[in-house]
Amino acid sequence: MLYSEKVMDHFQHPRNVGKMDDADGIGEVGNAVCGDIMRVYIKVKDNIITDAKFITFGCGSAIATSSMATEMIKGRSVDEALELSNKAVVEALDGLPTHKIHCSVLAEEAVKAAVKDYYDKNGIAYDKELFKDCENCEDCDACGNK
Amino acid sequence: MKLIYADNAATTRVSKTALDAMLPYFSEEYGNPSSLYTLGQKAAEAMANARKIVAECIGAEEREIYFTSGGSEADNQAIVTAALLGKRKGKMHLISTTFEHHAVLHTLQRLEKEGFEVTYLDVHKDGVVRLEDVEKAIRPDTALVTIMYANNEIGTIQPIREIGALCRSKGILFHTDAVQAIGHIPVNVKDDNIDMLSLSAHKFHGPKGTGVLYCKRGIMLTNIIEGGAQERGKRGGTENVPGIVGTAAALKESCDHMEENAIRTIALRDRLAAGLSKIPHSVINGSMEHHVPGTLNMCFEGIEGESLLLLLDAKHIAASSGSACTSGSLDPSHVLLAIGLPHEVAHGSLRLSITEENTEEEIDYIIKSVTEVVEYLRSMSPVWDELEKGTIKHVI
Repeated sequence: MLYSEKVMDHFQHPRNVGKMDDADGIGEVGNAVCGDIMRVYIKVKDNIITDAKFITFGCGSAIATSSMATEMIKGRSVDEALELSNKAVVEALDGLPTHKIHCSVLAEEAVKAAVKDYYDKNGIAYDKELFKDCENCEDCDACGNK
Repeated sequence: MKLIYADNAATTRVSKTALDAMLPYFSEEYGNPSSLYTLGQKAAEAMANARKIVAECIGAEEREIYFTSGGSEADNQAIVTAALLGKRKGKMHLISTTFEHHAVLHTLQRLEKEGFEVTYLDVHKDGVVRLEDVEKAIRPDTALVTIMYANNEIGTIQPIREIGALCRSKGILFHTDAVQAIGHIPVNVKDDNIDMLSLSAHKFHGPKGTGVLYCKRGIMLTNIIEGGAQERGKRGGTENVPGIVGTAAALKESCDHMEENAIRTIALRDRLAAGLSKIPHSVINGSMEHHVPGTLNMCFEGIEGESLLLLLDAKHIAASSGSACTSGSLDPSHVLLAIGLPHEVAHGSLRLSITEENTEEEIDYIIKSVTEVVEYLRSMSPVWDELEKGTIKHVI
């Protein structure tokens, strides 16, 4: 099979799927031309992510990584969420096919973008170096898809 | 639940007729056709009979039929042959289209690296090449025109007979990849003015790994596989006797029932198209006017094809898509891009290819399932969200 059981589980029964009307931070990465867009919503209280949701346009692994990434940041502090790596998401899913690794990169970037949005909205100072521009594939070589 | 197989353009189930014809040639009549003793000669006879059947089915002569490992090998051999024949006369120009199968496109790309020049004709929004475009592209140094009979992804049929006549009048070799046409629509190499034609057995209920190159008498083939004297010395390697016997049996069966199968398949396909067209912001890709019976290709805005396929698989429906994720690259299908679809729309494509063996109940189940899955995926799609909010505009 192309995907591990865990990937298929998170694809077929995605956790935290849906929009969030009262989100404290929203991050959207990827573009439709490349075939993947992820939007992550976070609710923050006392620096802790109390809830996370997502909507995703993309393949099975894009949906599964969104599901897993939102699971992994719920209940964590904002700073911990920033440390979420694509590798950790891949490991939690029992691996991804090589040509699907970029989906996990998108999931990491979507979480970071949501945190950045939360910082911006609340006037919290941060190190700009932490946030790479993942607006479009042309400028990004993080996923190795170029 | 029983699998609903709707990916017959990818491959088909081997028919009982073809399988029964093949079986004795594995462990009973297993001789090498090149051997002189009776066991070998029985295999040689079976192969000769198969050659006769294939020739009759496409209007060729027996000696114009070369058995290959499939459509891709036949495409390679036909194109390389024409290119090398052209080169000897200083003709280094080839004509094809933008939406050929990769067996053709990649062979042409290799020849480009070797100094050939290739014109890739536009196939327009309807997925049909224009005769006048072919005529305009022809130059004094054109060695070959290679245009597929019917497209594998969208099913559109090309004006092959007219293109063949044009090429013949100009003294240019004409090859057609007829993999998606043979066994499904009438093809006659003489009437259609075809010099070389590729076909593949597993697209018409024959076995995988066998195909045919038809090459008109008088055209000197270049070998792709060097070896013994098999296939008049033009294709080395001990022949795949069971495969060849199965190819002929499947082809004869398909050709004998072509009309009735087509009528039934077209009715099913039209029911499918009508049902799926009710999904908002969907479009049928390619002209339905010039079309093989079983193939239907559609795009649904705001969703991605791979997740659509996986969810259909969970509902026991086997189908195919031209999305990037199914192609293993960032780009969606070159065919869908060739007919002018934007990337974001092409990612949401679905190809359903049915046969006369499907039932109306299956078609209705496919319609219901695809409608549900598209709705579900749209409910979790940020692209659909923006389309609905009007922040981006609907294309279809």
